[in-house]
Amino acid sequence: MTTLTQAVRTSSTGGTKRRRAARVRVEARRAPSAYYWMVWPAVIAFAAFHTLPVLIGVFFSFTNYAGYGAWNFVGFANYVNLFRDDRVLAAYGFSFLFAIVATILTNVLSLAIALGLNAKIRARNFWRGVYFVPYVLAILVIGYVFQFFFSNSLPKILSGIPIFRDNILTNPDWAWTAIVGLAVWQACAFSIIIYLSGLQTIPAELYEAASLDGARAGRQFWSITFPLISAFFTINIVLSLKGFLQVFDPIVALTNGGPGTSTESVTLLIFRGGFSGGEFAYQTANAVVFFIVITVVSLFQFRVLQRREADF
Amino acid sequence: MTTATSTPVQAEEALPAIPARRRRTSDDDDTRRTNWWATALIAVCSLTILVPLYLAVVVALKTPDQLVSGTGFEWPNPVNWSNFAEAWQRTNFPQALMNTAIITVGSVVFTLLTSSVVAYALARNIHRPFFKGVFFYLLAALFIPFPIIMLPLVKQTAILGLDNQAGMIVLYTIYGLSLNIFIYTAYIRSIPIELEEAARVDGASTWRVFWQVIFPLLTPMNATVGILTCVWAWNDFIMPLVVLTDPAARTLPLAQYVFQGQFNTDYTVAFASYLMAMAPLLIVYIFSQRWVISGVTRGSIK
Repeated sequence: MTTLTQAVRTSSTGGTKRRRAARVRVEARRAPSAYYWMVWPAVIAFAAFHTLPVLIGVFFSFTNYAGYGAWNFVGFANYVNLFRDDRVLAAYGFSFLFAIVATILTNVLSLAIALGLNAKIRARNFWRGVYFVPYVLAILVIGYVFQFFFSNSLPKILSGIPIFRDNILTNPDWAWTAIVGLAVWQACAFSIIIYLSGLQTIPAELYEAASLDGARAGRQFWSITFPLISAFFTINIVLSLKGFLQVFDPIVALTNGGPGTSTESVTLLIFRGGFSGGEFAYQTANAVVFFIVITVVSLFQFRVLQRREADF
Repeated sequence: MTTATSTPVQAEEALPAIPARRRRTSDDDDTRRTNWWATALIAVCSLTILVPLYLAVVVALKTPDQLVSGTGFEWPNPVNWSNFAEAWQRTNFPQALMNTAIITVGSVVFTLLTSSVVAYALARNIHRPFFKGVFFYLLAALFIPFPIIMLPLVKQTAILGLDNQAGMIVLYTIYGLSLNIFIYTAYIRSIPIELEEAARVDGASTWRVFWQVIFPLLTPMNATVGILTCVWAWNDFIMPLVVLTDPAARTLPLAQYVFQGQFNTDYTVAFASYLMAMAPLLIVYIFSQRWVISGVTRGSIK
């Protein structure tokens, strides 16, 4: 076994390309069969329950299948129709508006709270525990509590403000802000923990040196804290936006897409149209487009954010 | 050098100190004075977390008459406990709790047993084209949104007879694979390979090396993966919603959803039901708080 690991190590360090390739081939032959037995069942299961549904979805997106009965190939008709469908375009508009606002709010608020929780405060571990509570609550269930708050409590408490007095959830123009509130409320818990762990990687000596040089809190934040946690910032932004684009639970709990279809996200539309609207093929095409959109957005974000990271 | 005696000692050397404990020592330097402004601000902001929970409790303890008059935040007088009994019956709470518990425990157990094995095989052979291919294949799935799988998956699980609790366990185990392997592999590669070689010299097979040397060393990562899987499986709504067909198989979030649709004006009973659905994981969290937070931290940054 020792020789094997040595071969592995040398193969990664030196040798011409051809020799390395030859060695890799020899090693590949030598891999104990147990390793393959460890991996194959998982690969097969994953292919059967994850990749196969994806491929079936892509296949049916070129048909007019309603979810039952006979079907025919329709080529790219579903995809063309998607771009003419006002309801689909509105769902994308809502999802992006929601995701961008929620991502910004989540990251600003959680970074601020993480800074507070990282300061020398009383009962710090207790407060860290409190701020993480939303993470362990089902968002659908706590969402119903928020629904009561928005529709019954808030109108009575803020009866002087028209938007709140008339139940914000039934207001087509403002219902989305309530959904943002609920989603951010829950998402912050996880972001705070990630930022907090990022803040703890910064050595205290840096701040001491900075204060000796006369840098004040604001300057210290922009010159030390922010650059040093930028990797955590990238991860958080990408994950938040990806997660928020697929928003589902908070909408079901608060407005169920209403009033009308003003708070209908792409996921909710795919769910509704696909299961009860007889649009199986059409909404699968929508899901394929959604996948491409999410992948492009995520990769684009990574490139932009990582370039910014490198500047420091 | 036998594995049985060497493992515990080696384990402590191989593992980094538990972050929670290390953090406590580096944080609590007494050179800095308590920042009272930050403390006050953090305390005030935490009301945004505590007030909704308070609201859930007081509404659940009221009668409908008590609720109508106020904003919902007043403390009930007298306290009315009967909502819990009614919610217990109307949502068929014991069954929903049982279903959720079975799915969660099953998913956590299977996830820990399978993801770690796969990650081990991948981490130790990542230079081989086959294993590298598998690694990136699984990782790429992180980008695929659930809606794209959702519609075909429902057909598939129905045909295979997996539209039940067992099917949910299978799905959580498989769908968790991508992220879990990402979490496990980095950690496994930090475990010195000499530990395994020692066991192999003594004649242990690859499987035996894994279960007796590597798996015990993975305890911190097992905790992380276990917590993430537990919270996910317990609270998930969309997957049970589309996959489970039998009302008897309903999970807790699903029971609230159905319940809400049928009795949406009966707030006091509904809130008792919400509270009972939130309580189990909340109670577990209160008792294992620090452990949960440090576990999640490890999983998210490694």
